[in-house]
Amino acid sequence: MNDMAGLDDPLSIAEGWKAEGRDVALATVIETWGSAPRPVGSHLVIDGEGNFHGSVSGGCVEGAVITEAMDVIGSGSPRMLEFGVADETAWRVGLSCGGRIRVYVEKVA
Amino acid sequence: MRIEILKQLNEAKRARRAVILVTDISNGEDRLAFEGDTLPGLPAEALTKAFLTGKSGLVELDGWSFFLNVHVPPPKIVVIGAVHISQALAVMAPAAGFDLEIIDPRTAFATPERFAGVTLTADWPEDVLKHRPLDAFTALVAVTHDPKIDDYPLVSALKTGCFYVGALGSRKTHAKRIDRLKEAGCSDAQIARISAPIGLDIGASSPGEIAVSILADIIQALRKRPIGAGA
Repeated sequence: MNDMAGLDDPLSIAEGWKAEGRDVALATVIETWGSAPRPVGSHLVIDGEGNFHGSVSGGCVEGAVITEAMDVIGSGSPRMLEFGVADETAWRVGLSCGGRIRVYVEKVA
Repeated sequence: MRIEILKQLNEAKRARRAVILVTDISNGEDRLAFEGDTLPGLPAEALTKAFLTGKSGLVELDGWSFFLNVHVPPPKIVVIGAVHISQALAVMAPAAGFDLEIIDPRTAFATPERFAGVTLTADWPEDVLKHRPLDAFTALVAVTHDPKIDDYPLVSALKTGCFYVGALGSRKTHAKRIDRLKEAGCSDAQIARISAPIGLDIGASSPGEIAVSILADIIQALRKRPIGAGA
């Protein structure tokens, strides 16, 4: 459940940044396994300059998500990212807590 | 995500409406669903379950993957009456995830000493609710026994569609209350929604036990509220 509705909420930030004319991408945790630090539905909002707000992992993989988000802003196509100890792909950043997460990154257009 | 959808989503959250953002993972298409809505390609039960549990997650069917991000407002309890039951309820409600506030115009009851750390307003409900109106995700609990204090918020809660409306009092007291609420313009269907005698029937005896029965009643009303197309 996402109960946040205040000005500090990533979704409100995303709307505000768009209104300022910034390019914006939104990353969302859509699936977790094991001890993932942030629940399903959590958001990270990223702008075209790499500024960000919110959290998808409590700091473990944010850097990688931000880099991918900049690409998504450029291409306009959404991407699915997967992080975790069992992940054998190039995206092996690893969650220190031993969990795995899937993060959906899309442009706000 | 389309900016129009994002704006509607934020607006719904500010208005304390329950809403689900449904994203088709295969093509990025996004839609909003409010309680009672149906969306093509998605089983109604999936939306209903998500609204009731408040849990976000993936729904996979026939090769399609939908992500449901559920936004349910934090539920509140407004208690009319700064009595012993309210003291116990004020301790238990936060543990179950509810914000709670107490309203009672009787300054002898509504003292900060009796309700440390609780949002407490020593004023008439009609004056307080003008500034902080009830809504669908608020439970109204009227426990003063005094029609002058209880009746206005009860009528207000029924007309607003609070997910829970409970009133303390015997069946005889409630029968008289029904007459007054009808005079105040409440329909039979609205009046039938009042939980009276208040709380689940667990034989509660002490104020603390009655608070447990009320809280359980509220949780049941929230988690089993009627959601369905056209509801």
